[in-house]
Amino acid sequence: MTVQPFHRSQADLLPERAAPAATVGIVGWLRQNLFSSWANTAFSLISLYLLWLIIPTVISWAFIDANLAGDDRFACNGAGACWAWLDQRINQFLYGFYPSDQTWRVDIALVLLVPALAPLLFDGVPYARYLRWFSLAYPVIATFLLIGGFGLEGVSTHKFGGFMLNVTVGLAGIVLSLPIGIVLALGRRSRLPIIRMLSIGFIELVRGVPLITLLFVSNIILPIFLPPDVTFDALVRVIIMVSAFSSAYMAEVIRGGLQAIPRGQYEAAQALGLRYWQSMGLIILPQALKISIPGIVNTFIGLFKDTTLVIIIGLFDILGIGNAMVSNPDWLGLATEAYVFVALFFFITCFSMSRYSLHLEKRLDTEERR
Amino acid sequence: MRKLPYLVISAVFSIAAWGTVHAGTLDDVKAAGQVKCGINTGLPGFAYTDDSGKWTGFDVAYCRAVAAAVFGDPSKVKYVNLTGKNRFPALSSGEVDVLSRNTTWTFSRDVDLGFSFIGVSYYDGQGFIGRKSLGIKSAKELDGASVCIQTGTTTELNLADFFRVNKIKYEPVPIETNEEARKAYVAERCDVYTTDASGLAATKTTFADANAHMVFPEIISKEPLGPLVRQGDDQWADIARWTLNVLINAEEYGVTQANVSSKANGTDNPEINRMLGSEGSLGAMLGLSKTWAVDVLKAGGNYAEIFERYLGNNTPLGLERGLNALYKDGGILYAPPMR
Amino acid sequence: MAQLDAAETAGPGLGRLWTDERARGLLFQILVVLGLALFVAFIVSNTIANLQRAGLASGFGFLTDQAFFDINQKLIEYSSTSTFGRALIVGILNTILVSVMGVIAATLFGFSAGIIRLSPNWLLSRLVGAYVEITRNIPVLLQIIFWWSVLTGLPKVRDSLGLGDVMFLNNRGIRLPAPLLESGFEWVFAAFVIGVIATVLTSRWARKRQSLTGQTFPVGSIGLALIIGLPIIVYWIAGSPVGWDIPTPKRFNFQGGFNVTPELVALWFALSSYTGAFISEIVRAGILSVSKGQTEAASALGLRPRQTMRLVIIPQAMRVIIPPLTSQYLNLTKNSSLAIAIGYQDLVSIGGTILNQSGQALEVVGIWMVIYLSLSLLMSSFMNWYNKHIALVER
Repeated sequence: MTVQPFHRSQADLLPERAAPAATVGIVGWLRQNLFSSWANTAFSLISLYLLWLIIPTVISWAFIDANLAGDDRFACNGAGACWAWLDQRINQFLYGFYPSDQTWRVDIALVLLVPALAPLLFDGVPYARYLRWFSLAYPVIATFLLIGGFGLEGVSTHKFGGFMLNVTVGLAGIVLSLPIGIVLALGRRSRLPIIRMLSIGFIELVRGVPLITLLFVSNIILPIFLPPDVTFDALVRVIIMVSAFSSAYMAEVIRGGLQAIPRGQYEAAQALGLRYWQSMGLIILPQALKISIPGIVNTFIGLFKDTTLVIIIGLFDILGIGNAMVSNPDWLGLATEAYVFVALFFFITCFSMSRYSLHLEKRLDTEERR
Repeated sequence: MRKLPYLVISAVFSIAAWGTVHAGTLDDVKAAGQVKCGINTGLPGFAYTDDSGKWTGFDVAYCRAVAAAVFGDPSKVKYVNLTGKNRFPALSSGEVDVLSRNTTWTFSRDVDLGFSFIGVSYYDGQGFIGRKSLGIKSAKELDGASVCIQTGTTTELNLADFFRVNKIKYEPVPIETNEEARKAYVAERCDVYTTDASGLAATKTTFADANAHMVFPEIISKEPLGPLVRQGDDQWADIARWTLNVLINAEEYGVTQANVSSKANGTDNPEINRMLGSEGSLGAMLGLSKTWAVDVLKAGGNYAEIFERYLGNNTPLGLERGLNALYKDGGILYAPPMR
Repeated sequence: MAQLDAAETAGPGLGRLWTDERARGLLFQILVVLGLALFVAFIVSNTIANLQRAGLASGFGFLTDQAFFDINQKLIEYSSTSTFGRALIVGILNTILVSVMGVIAATLFGFSAGIIRLSPNWLLSRLVGAYVEITRNIPVLLQIIFWWSVLTGLPKVRDSLGLGDVMFLNNRGIRLPAPLLESGFEWVFAAFVIGVIATVLTSRWARKRQSLTGQTFPVGSIGLALIIGLPIIVYWIAGSPVGWDIPTPKRFNFQGGFNVTPELVALWFALSSYTGAFISEIVRAGILSVSKGQTEAASALGLRPRQTMRLVIIPQAMRVIIPPLTSQYLNLTKNSSLAIAIGYQDLVSIGGTILNQSGQALEVVGIWMVIYLSLSLLMSSFMNWYNKHIALVER
């Protein structure tokens, strides 16, 4: 006699019933996420109430009751936001005091930024190898586009302002701080004691003081350190200081990347007979830089937000232009609108960059884990 | 950046060369092709932007006059906006060649900080502005008040002295720029705002209800405002000084922006002829062209025209000439003769 | 091996400088030091020439000159006839004040926000997440100006909001009664110190007892009673030796009491919320880094969610949280220098005024660097000590 194997066939099972209505669909989701306990219910209700208070007010102020046209503040009726200054002053916000017939050069420089950054930040870009050469040449091309030369009319850097100034200072700072940061990071890991001490000293000194004191140094002290009658352009001084500041942070990021590379890579390079700089340039640094890109992007986001500090030494970045507009008698009292506009600019740029950096971190994470 | 190679070479050779000879400012300015002029970051009437973004105003007009004197073209100016904090370092470091930023001529700035004031373009004094609803008639009744004050200025020091001498107390509300002071005053963060009387008038124009505010009668200090240059370069100081004197003398002799071209050909007043170049060689003595004064006057007119255009009765500021009229008209404006 | 080969194959003497790794390293360092020395000499001679040309003296003698300007928010005595040196000390104290207040508030705000973001309530976590994203992506200078505008929009002095006629809130600040310490107060202070010491000793004893017998001791409540209750009892016994300077409304402002200016409050709010947003992300990452097995084991042992968080998750998460937390605290201290934008007179603002009035730029900037470096060093050494203190001792 064979023992019947204990199994059930589909035919013996009772038919499935639908789940209780309160646990599926939107009602189920609400119960689970918003109203799962008394405390949660209370919090959810309070939050919903706050949202109901804030969102309609903001939307009606910013869009529905807003005034879009007019020549001065008296054209606005005061019920909502006054955006009348937008069409007249938008150029100043974007380009500062750049001559209005030459702003196309700034636009071109910005557009060219995309192919310059694409091969560095994204994978799978077509013709990446050739585009990388373009990325290398981009800083020089952009400088000529913005300042002049080669048949383009010269524009003094004192006319730079607005959002363009923030982007210029931020990008120039990052581009210049990358090589310096690499040197400092390598110096900090060096076995030569003097090099190590100097690197650590520089990094700790620069990271320990606020950027604003360094900007004062660039404005007031740097001219004292130079021979009499030698003056650097004010913008160049600011960029030098900002690069020095960000190179200290960059050095720490790259040091983290260097530490993440397994020792086996260093040893394999040595075993192949590569010298220090060859192994660094061919094996170690490419890997370290790839790992550090999220950190580099984060440093850039921080630096980009810090570029607003230049208003304290008298340069007119986008916040400075907002301030200047509000002190014009035509647009007095519109500080809220101006600041909201500036805040929006920064929020959109910084938020997109931080999303990109998160996405990159996730991707690198999955690549490392096998 | 053009100077970078010079920087490297001078690192090797420069130790002995300093302190003895350095190139004059006039040569530097001519080489640069423009006058670097330090102005305010925004003060109605004195330095402000119009809608197209160009800087204009009383102090700006002086910059244009200097550029006209040197180059014959008043647009050859690079305007450097300076706050109260960085105006002096900018001048001493060479970032600007002349500072035309409603700066008070004082002993310590002249002697201690190493600058030369080349004259007074505006005789002013420090005063207070407050709401009429406070119900007081004099600044001496301000015991315990909050006072908005710009840091790093002579007004800050004068304010402390005034309250100490009169044995009354106050709460300072420090601010960096005129615009912040205006905002704080309007929000009643402070009861009164103190600055030069011309600044008070400028600020008053920005109020919606200007008549609700009053400027108190006390003028608590002398504030002779004028342009300044670095010490040690007499030629450049002379150019700056005599540009200002041309503006004042032109008003005295009746030379205006409209009639300067015809008067340049020759008049029967030898003073005018020497000034405008049809007699003598005053321009060459300064190292400038023969028509330097003509260009200065063509740029913006004489002192009276500049005053009327930016500060006078037809402007929102509505300032009276007062002390700033010619000595012949009851003021104290007096320029040395051009001989 | 490499050195032996180099010695055999290289030529005599000078050749070894190039091929021997050690000698090359030494040569390189000597060149760097020489180059640096030349550079420093260049800068120093430039500086001397420039200072001579401008006619400025150098040295710190100017610190004994009288300042002749006033400061509105000060923790120590200061008047317009005090010296520059004293003004700088007021500035340093103001910087430390706003940094300490900011660190405490940012930590509280950051930890709460981080934990709330992990809550199962979808709406709450998304709302806090949105606030964190907005605050992180807008420059802190803009936020400082925003909060200052909000606080300046409070009621004007004449319409102050009063709390029981001893505290007043208006757009010139929060007016609080100031304590005037009278003669019996030393006993109260001594009682406070004794309470603190007693709490520390009690907690040590309680921990030892717990590791021996497993019984817990309510150190928290006992400690609270000691630190707060003991001084209060002594206060009553000594006959309330604290007088109060109540602010009274005068013609323009309130006289008496202690004023907290809106500049300080605005700076504090902005710094706390900005740094708190970053801290919340760090806390969230730290808590997520603790493996889920710990939570499951804790529930298997019968611990409630609140106890799990307090006794199991957070202590392990702290190891991951502390290092980035240190750099956020340092950032907050450095960002406090933006006080200059709204007129809170901290070290940078007062230094800037002194720089303007006296012309001694190098000395003032040097003082800035030294003070900020010392503050950073102090803070990082303390956090390093704390890090080591809570590090898990692993087998």
